[in-house]
Amino acid sequence: MFDFFFNLPVIVQGLIKGLAVICVIFPIAGVCSMAERKVAAWIQDRPGPNRAIVPWIAWIPFVGTFLQRLGLFHVMADGGKMLFKEDSLPGHVNKFYFIAAPILAMIPALTTVTVVPFGAYLSATGEVMPLALAPLDVGMLAVFAVASLGVYSLILAGWASNSKYPFLGSVRASAQLISYELSMTLSVIPVFLWINAPGREATLGFARAVEFQSQPGLWGGAWFGFLMPVSAFIFLVALFAETNRTPFDTIESEADLVGSFHTEYGAFKWGLFFVAEYSHMIVGSAVFVLLFFGGWNPLPWVPLATLVNWLGHFLPCAHAPLFVGVLSIAIFLLKTLFMIFFFMWVRWTVPRFRYDQVMKLGWQKLLPLSIANLLFYAVAIAFIQK
Amino acid sequence: MAVLTLERKPLTFAERTYLPQIFGGLKTTFAHLVRKKQTLEYPEHRPAIPPGYRGVPTLVMDPNGREKCVSCQLCEFVCPPKAIRITPGEISPDAPNSHVEKAPQAFEIDMLRCIYCGLCQEVCPEEAIFLQNQFSMSGYTRAEMVHDKARLYELGGTLPDKHLKWDHKKAAAAHGNAH
Repeated sequence: MFDFFFNLPVIVQGLIKGLAVICVIFPIAGVCSMAERKVAAWIQDRPGPNRAIVPWIAWIPFVGTFLQRLGLFHVMADGGKMLFKEDSLPGHVNKFYFIAAPILAMIPALTTVTVVPFGAYLSATGEVMPLALAPLDVGMLAVFAVASLGVYSLILAGWASNSKYPFLGSVRASAQLISYELSMTLSVIPVFLWINAPGREATLGFARAVEFQSQPGLWGGAWFGFLMPVSAFIFLVALFAETNRTPFDTIESEADLVGSFHTEYGAFKWGLFFVAEYSHMIVGSAVFVLLFFGGWNPLPWVPLATLVNWLGHFLPCAHAPLFVGVLSIAIFLLKTLFMIFFFMWVRWTVPRFRYDQVMKLGWQKLLPLSIANLLFYAVAIAFIQK
Repeated sequence: MAVLTLERKPLTFAERTYLPQIFGGLKTTFAHLVRKKQTLEYPEHRPAIPPGYRGVPTLVMDPNGREKCVSCQLCEFVCPPKAIRITPGEISPDAPNSHVEKAPQAFEIDMLRCIYCGLCQEVCPEEAIFLQNQFSMSGYTRAEMVHDKARLYELGGTLPDKHLKWDHKKAAAAHGNAH
């Protein structure tokens, strides 16, 4: 099977890998919308959606009931509804851009996935090889560049909708995303300063960041989240703002802007915005995990290779690339999903900031903090790597 | 009245960062996440009805199966939204409870008008009408929402009766000392 795969033309291999990743991202985005409702319900002391069930699954004892209680089939019901309901096109909109906007929202959301490594396997010599669709050397730069294109779809949607609330929402979106992009970028520079130690080939890729967090020793094994808590904090706050999550979701604050840029959207086009938003969240969480929470390393000071060697005592197949790959992807996905849970958890904890508070926090608090943080680590790293 | 002047302390640095508050909030929400759910899953689980609850008005029978209503029409007169319509009727002389003399020929409560005030229950001298525990009342047509006598007795059932007033009266009459 492996030989057959590796004998295929490179383009076909790439297509298969890309489809495989999309086949994971899309259901996760769908399940996230369900998880959002479930977490919301649990935090509000409700059981949440738990009625929809497919008859022949209801016949399975225990498992069927469990899946029903989990609300898993509401995802399909919601998705099916969104597919089949009338896709209305208001008369006052600019039709071409109105339709183009949700499609444009999907492109950056799915493009950023390609450069994010999501697992690793051990090569024959015991080296940790990252798994990614496109393991670019400029990984972080590519994510920043492409992810910020996402705001264009919001601006386009707000403008093409030709009504005031979407327009206001998209203006807010552009201002907010620009404001927080700055602190976000500045907050990750210390990480890349540190991992680009003198004498090594320069890189902005994620693989090196994870490799750096899997070194032996007290300092090497510590995740960047512990070494640079301020960087991690700024990145996390900026990530909340960039993905329009509470407390920074002034962009789609339904109280004052109805539904913001997707006021005029419905059915599948609205669903595309939704999936794009969740994909941004997934990629953002993945980047956060890679940079600050050890990527596919199971625990701080316990890198993946150590775990695999330890498992090798019990399982003969522990060193097989397939096993290590699946294990690392599982660890990484678990961490990413925890981050997404954290997003939801925060959503029901912190109330939405006012728009002026968002701007004030971004420009007057986070930006100076991130600059000070950068200067501190630049000096510290210069001393460490002298 | 003494005026208490509260000193408003300036916020500490930790408070101004807003972070301890967020962590406290996260702790609170997480406690709720794992806590017992507070809502009922309605059609399967019903709430416990407290005593004295005023649900759908019903007509009741006494433990001997006699309909208690004597069609005095007090409830009809007291009913604020005029939801009750009673057609009084005679009890045939050869019936076992002929000494009661009167019973409703028809008894209708229009549940689209009823305001569940409970005045009918309060005013009834025979303890024949009760607002019982049923709280959900729905139908597809207006006609369905007008409860006739059969439906009212079906909803009401039999309630215990401490007095059995008419039986005592009959027994007293048989001993020749009717009042």
